[in-house]
Amino acid sequence: MRFRRVSFPISAALSMIAIVLFFHPGLNLGIDFRGGTLLEVQAKSGKADLGRMRATLNALGLGEVQLQQFGNESDVLIRVSEQPGGDAAQQAAVAKVRTALGDEVEYRRIEVVGPRVSGELLSYGTIGIILAICGILLYLWFRFEWQFALGAMIANVHDLVLTIGFMSLTQIDFDLTSIAALLTILGYSLNDTVVIYDRIREMLRRYKKLPMPDLLNASVNSTLSRSIITHVTVTLALLALLVFGGQAIHSFTATMMFGVVLVGTYTSVFIASPILIYLGVGTGRADGPES
Amino acid sequence: MLFFSRWKAAAILITALVVCLFAVPNFFPEAMLQSLPKWAQRHIVLGLDLQGGSHILLQLDEDAVRKDMLETLRGDVRRVLREARLGYTGGIVIRGDGVEVRLAEGADPQLAVSKLRELSQPIGGLFGGTGRRTIDVADAGGGLIRLSVAKAAIEERVSKAVEQSIQIVERRVNELGTVEPTIQRQGTDRILVQVPGLQDPQRLKELIGKTAKLTFRMVDGTMSAEQALQGRPPADSEILYDAKNTTTPYLVQKQVLVQGEDLVDAQPGFDQRSGEPIVSFRFNSNGARRFAQVTQENVGRPFAIVLDNQVISAPVIREPILQGSGQISGSFTPQGATDLAILLRAGALPVPLTIVEERTVGPGLGQDSIEKGKIASYVGSIMVIVFMLLTYGLFGLFANIAVAINVAMIFGILSLLTATLTLPGIAGIVLTVGIAVDSNVLIYERIREEVRNGRTPIAAIDAGFTRALATILDSNITTFIAATVLFFIGTGAVRGFAVTLGIGIVTTVFTAFTLTRLIVAWWVRWKRPQTVPI
Repeated sequence: MRFRRVSFPISAALSMIAIVLFFHPGLNLGIDFRGGTLLEVQAKSGKADLGRMRATLNALGLGEVQLQQFGNESDVLIRVSEQPGGDAAQQAAVAKVRTALGDEVEYRRIEVVGPRVSGELLSYGTIGIILAICGILLYLWFRFEWQFALGAMIANVHDLVLTIGFMSLTQIDFDLTSIAALLTILGYSLNDTVVIYDRIREMLRRYKKLPMPDLLNASVNSTLSRSIITHVTVTLALLALLVFGGQAIHSFTATMMFGVVLVGTYTSVFIASPILIYLGVGTGRADGPES
Repeated sequence: MLFFSRWKAAAILITALVVCLFAVPNFFPEAMLQSLPKWAQRHIVLGLDLQGGSHILLQLDEDAVRKDMLETLRGDVRRVLREARLGYTGGIVIRGDGVEVRLAEGADPQLAVSKLRELSQPIGGLFGGTGRRTIDVADAGGGLIRLSVAKAAIEERVSKAVEQSIQIVERRVNELGTVEPTIQRQGTDRILVQVPGLQDPQRLKELIGKTAKLTFRMVDGTMSAEQALQGRPPADSEILYDAKNTTTPYLVQKQVLVQGEDLVDAQPGFDQRSGEPIVSFRFNSNGARRFAQVTQENVGRPFAIVLDNQVISAPVIREPILQGSGQISGSFTPQGATDLAILLRAGALPVPLTIVEERTVGPGLGQDSIEKGKIASYVGSIMVIVFMLLTYGLFGLFANIAVAINVAMIFGILSLLTATLTLPGIAGIVLTVGIAVDSNVLIYERIREEVRNGRTPIAAIDAGFTRALATILDSNITTFIAATVLFFIGTGAVRGFAVTLGIGIVTTVFTAFTLTRLIVAWWVRWKRPQTVPI
């Protein structure tokens, strides 16, 4: 448990960086939360002329229009920022884009989110994450002691903060599926934390005299092989989704990969366990200075 | 932990088998499915992101409803005061959610209040039982009478308007002839339209987004439209623009001669002389009589056919039209004529609807997503299977069998619920495989540990299961909580993810507690192992 002297400052620093990233450059909010229009088009000729399309669309006077190659060279993702003038104005923008591009392209996907809905989705998403954390906390409080619940929550928030920092850094589209990804990361990371906590609780009952740091070390070590094997399998499954799952779920799996594999594992071992010492689990034991 | 009575073993196997069997209809072709009894036809429905289609969320304009109610109230107040011979000064003004009127000198406010109270009705009908009324009439003193519309009354009207709109939207969408469109209410003032496998989403939007309020009115001949634009149009006329050339103005009387409600039928066709696409229509007896009267009185003068405040055409009445049928020609395309006929047959929406969210996936993209999802699932599964075999050998095989049955059960339950499988849903299943494998890993690692602690193989296996199962339960419940929250806050695709994840957790706990244990128990009984091969 000596590593907590290293891991806590590192985590604190990383969290600070993540928070800074969250404010600057900030999350790349997708149209789900910002409102606007997204079109995925495929050039019928087999190769999209990005420059010409950009010139055509920018001439429409729709404000900021972003074009991006998507997958292969015939596919283009077009993002039109939210138009002033309410919900009907968004539909008018789609109609304009469709007339401008005409029959040269096939429309593979059109998503339009009006200002009212985007606001609601954002608040639902935020409420959802908070509710999930509260629900899980209550359950852990009920099953363990309050220190465990609090420790798990700190670990949780730490995971979410780092993942959000990652998303800000990479500028991955933050949309509804990202909320799903965040909640799954939460679930998975807790899964790990609970497995270790379960073992710590068992050890606490069995070894009444063992000093707390030793006990935590033993708990983490005895669950370590399980953690490694499980994470290899989850990584394998995610890797398959990442490589073969296509663009549509790419940002989802990339976020999951970071959150579950990198952060979740690290947190349960290096943060969730040692924090129990500070929260006063096992005080009254022979909790002398660490050797 | 390793003892199963014969009955218990049978119950576990039958449960697993039956649940797996529910997945079977998914592999039958459509024709074969139809020949099965109803209960056996249940199968997984592909989400719009996989099969292609449109998801459109419409919102009813609550302000329009409110404005409409207040306008009506103002008309009613005017009528009541006139009938009761009560004078007023300064007109009847709409203020906030109500109407105000100042009585003239000498008019009895008591009488006015009691007369106006007759306009108010119990909310929710006579037997609604709330005891509240639609309009509150108050004497503000100094002859000022204030009528305010109750919030609940507006809500009730909105609710009714949504119900009516759903019926009309349904009629319009059904005319497109697509398979299984769903139209449902969402929240208090929204309608969700989901139409799978659509080739032209733009047409769907044009059909459901239009209010389609059709009116026949006379063109005001007292001055030209240009003159009216520069000066002031007469009080009972307004400027409307042409539907095609949106800069061409018409001066049209506000008074409606005949309206869309009086139509009984509308059909697209072609004009016999010019070959131009037209919409021919028929009036009901009331409409026919009015139309006959108007056309008799106004031969030689133009009238306007107005749709949603745009003039479709303004023909000159050449002769009286007595038989109650006619045609609209407005330089339509054949498609335009067909759509207008659909709109007229289905009727006008009570209030305008706005599209607040749209998600459309073309059929090509959906097919691609299915292919990619399949490949990812196969590759992921094979990698996990191989890894487990390499790590645990024979027990790895047990784990793989349990996980395979687990996945089959997920599909079984999804079919039983006729759930919708979305792309994130597939991701949910792949992740469940991860969780399911984890439950086996937890058990095996615990067994390994117990062996290291010096227990006999059978005692180690027994203790391994006992200890690991408690952990599995705890960790799965936490994930389940996250899935539940996702289900309630999520929409569409995200909800699909929550459903498969949630079901996956249930089946995982079931297989870990029963099947895996049963397989290992049988193996122990058969082999009487001296060492544990993991």
